[in-house]
Amino acid sequence: MSPMLQGFITIIIGVGGCVAYFYGSNLILDKLIFPPRNDDHGRNINRATLVRPWLFLFPAIFALGLYLVYPVVGSFIRSLYNRSGADFIGFGNYTQMFSEEGFRTALFNNILWALVVPAGATFLGLLVAQLTDKLRWGNIAKSLIFMPMAISFVGASLIWKFVYANTPEIGIINAVRNSIGLSPLDVMQIPFWNNFFLMVILIWIQTGFAMVILSAALRGIPEETIEAAIIDGANPFQIFFKIKVPQIMGTIVVVWTTITILVLKVFDIVYAMTGGNFDTEILPSYMMKFMFRDDGRATAVAFVIMIIVLPVMIWNIRQARREMR
Amino acid sequence: MDNIAGQKTSLSVVTNLSVILLVILWLIPTVGLLVSSFRSNDQITASGWWDSMFGVEESIRISPEPDGVTRDGDYYVLSGNLFAGGSGSVSGFGITAVAPDAAEPGQVYARYSVDVTEPDGTVDDTRVEFAYDADGAGTLPTEDDEGNPVVAGSEVLDRSLQVAENGDFTYISDSDIRRAPSVYVTTLQPPSFSLQNYQQIMTSDNMDRAFINTLTVTIPATIIPILIAAFAAYALAWMDFAGRGFLIAMVVGLLVVPLQLALVPLLQLHNRIGIGQSFLGIWLAHTGFGLPLAIYLLRNYMVGLPRDIIESAKVDGATDFQVFTKIVLPLSFPALASFAIFQFLWTWNDLLIAKVFLPSNSESWVMTVKIADDLLGSRGGDWGILAAAAFVSIAVPLFVFFAMQKYLVRGLLAGSVK
Repeated sequence: MSPMLQGFITIIIGVGGCVAYFYGSNLILDKLIFPPRNDDHGRNINRATLVRPWLFLFPAIFALGLYLVYPVVGSFIRSLYNRSGADFIGFGNYTQMFSEEGFRTALFNNILWALVVPAGATFLGLLVAQLTDKLRWGNIAKSLIFMPMAISFVGASLIWKFVYANTPEIGIINAVRNSIGLSPLDVMQIPFWNNFFLMVILIWIQTGFAMVILSAALRGIPEETIEAAIIDGANPFQIFFKIKVPQIMGTIVVVWTTITILVLKVFDIVYAMTGGNFDTEILPSYMMKFMFRDDGRATAVAFVIMIIVLPVMIWNIRQARREMR
Repeated sequence: MDNIAGQKTSLSVVTNLSVILLVILWLIPTVGLLVSSFRSNDQITASGWWDSMFGVEESIRISPEPDGVTRDGDYYVLSGNLFAGGSGSVSGFGITAVAPDAAEPGQVYARYSVDVTEPDGTVDDTRVEFAYDADGAGTLPTEDDEGNPVVAGSEVLDRSLQVAENGDFTYISDSDIRRAPSVYVTTLQPPSFSLQNYQQIMTSDNMDRAFINTLTVTIPATIIPILIAAFAAYALAWMDFAGRGFLIAMVVGLLVVPLQLALVPLLQLHNRIGIGQSFLGIWLAHTGFGLPLAIYLLRNYMVGLPRDIIESAKVDGATDFQVFTKIVLPLSFPALASFAIFQFLWTWNDLLIAKVFLPSNSESWVMTVKIADDLLGSRGGDWGILAAAAFVSIAVPLFVFFAMQKYLVRGLLAGSVK
């Protein structure tokens, strides 16, 4: 059966199944299990009301549990076993990993990414948001800077391969170098700094995201505060840094953390640009080296990523709980 | 409002200029890819895409038809115009592919058979080639390529070629010219743009298959989670039950779980229950991974719906199921659209999940895998093909992006500004 047809049937089964489940289960609850008639009328309605949320939630909870909660536990357990999965080796995979140069490089680079990319994207996003705020063609400009969001990391990598190409006829960087008389350079092979050239790609993609959210936040600032500052004689820079930025600090933090989380998961760029060579490995791409080869090691790397993400996760949950109150 | 009267103009000029600069910086990489995808590989390696509107100096081989060969003593002569039926400008020519611009237009390039004396004293025959002005006489080199002295008076003309700037040529050979001779000229090629690269990847490079695979992965993986999430979001937004707060917190927490964790345990699970690496597997995986964001976005939106409508419907005797399907779901359309776009872009652009949950044979490759694992390796130097492949893969998301930007922005705001 062709995948296309299979896909079509899956849509029908999936959507039909969901509809049938939600409709059918509600029907059974109301008509068969707790029918609101006879003496139990009121009590049955109450009972049905108690059960119904779980009918609505069941498929989601099941899928979340299976595809996201179980793997956290499953991965941790698997990471305690050796390559074949037969022998329990405790934290063997972890100690082995930390003793390796490659892992330490990946960890160091990953921390570098997690510091530079969110900072760069948030700063540029804020800059563009502020600059385009009162511009007549601001929306067009924003739309164009937002555009890379739609492009896959692989596509973006290819786009930047053209920019970074080490022949002056293809790579625009080397064309510029050439025109001022410098010899061509493969930026992907400059030790240490090549990481930053890779980060530029992700900053290029993520600036649009930061811009959209910060631009909305800037618009949400009460006009009176700005008017008052103008009357007090503040210059535009003072208004921006002393009046606007403090008021959207909360949003800046949200943008920053959202991009940080993303950075810790993106393996595509390194994978497509350098394959982890020239000391550009980061944890997600380092993990892919072991995927399909050594599940014990792969899950151990994944769990290290999880541990790095954990503080953000806890912070997010606390924020969410505070808002609900 | 930002500016004090009088400062406005100068600041606004600076603002406009910096935004223009930023937009250009942001667009340059993508424009470069787009332009390159329409150029042939020869043109791409010969000049930058920013020069693509101008011509390119390129060496090409021309084989003039051997019609009208005349005899001149011991020699056969073919003459005519290299750009028969067209026009062009020659900046260099030659008779071998190694040296396609050995001579300048107006010169004669000749090859002689000569005898040379080798270091050990033996005499051997070889060939020497040299260029000279057509109106003057050439001087035969005194040494061959290896530095052996030429025996004076041993030279015999093998062939010669004279090409003028407008393409007029005279080719002289010591043997009969029956087949078209090969002439190499360096000429300014006009800029040419074609769909050749696209044609090639879509027909012979299997990109069409990858495109269909991507579509096949994307559509069910976008539609199915919406439905599941919508019901759950309604329950979390408008139904009262013990543990609701905990579940919402859990969804928020799961938003940031790195997918890397899920790969090994779930692949093992899929293998155990017989799904293995398959399209069904990837649909399930994308559904599971997309749910937290879907529930979070939809719940945030649904919570903001006016309480009056929902409560008055309930007072009128509507069940939760009816309230959901008749009132909440239609009102939540913007949020549903936002999530659908997110999920579509995410599944279309995904590389990680496709690499792990789909079979690794080339029939099941989606476009991202095809580009990253196949084209970048096997066609690493074929820039035109790479550019066309990349553009095929980003065209659909770009279209969706520009067509539905409003919903995308709305979704981003609902998901983040809280």
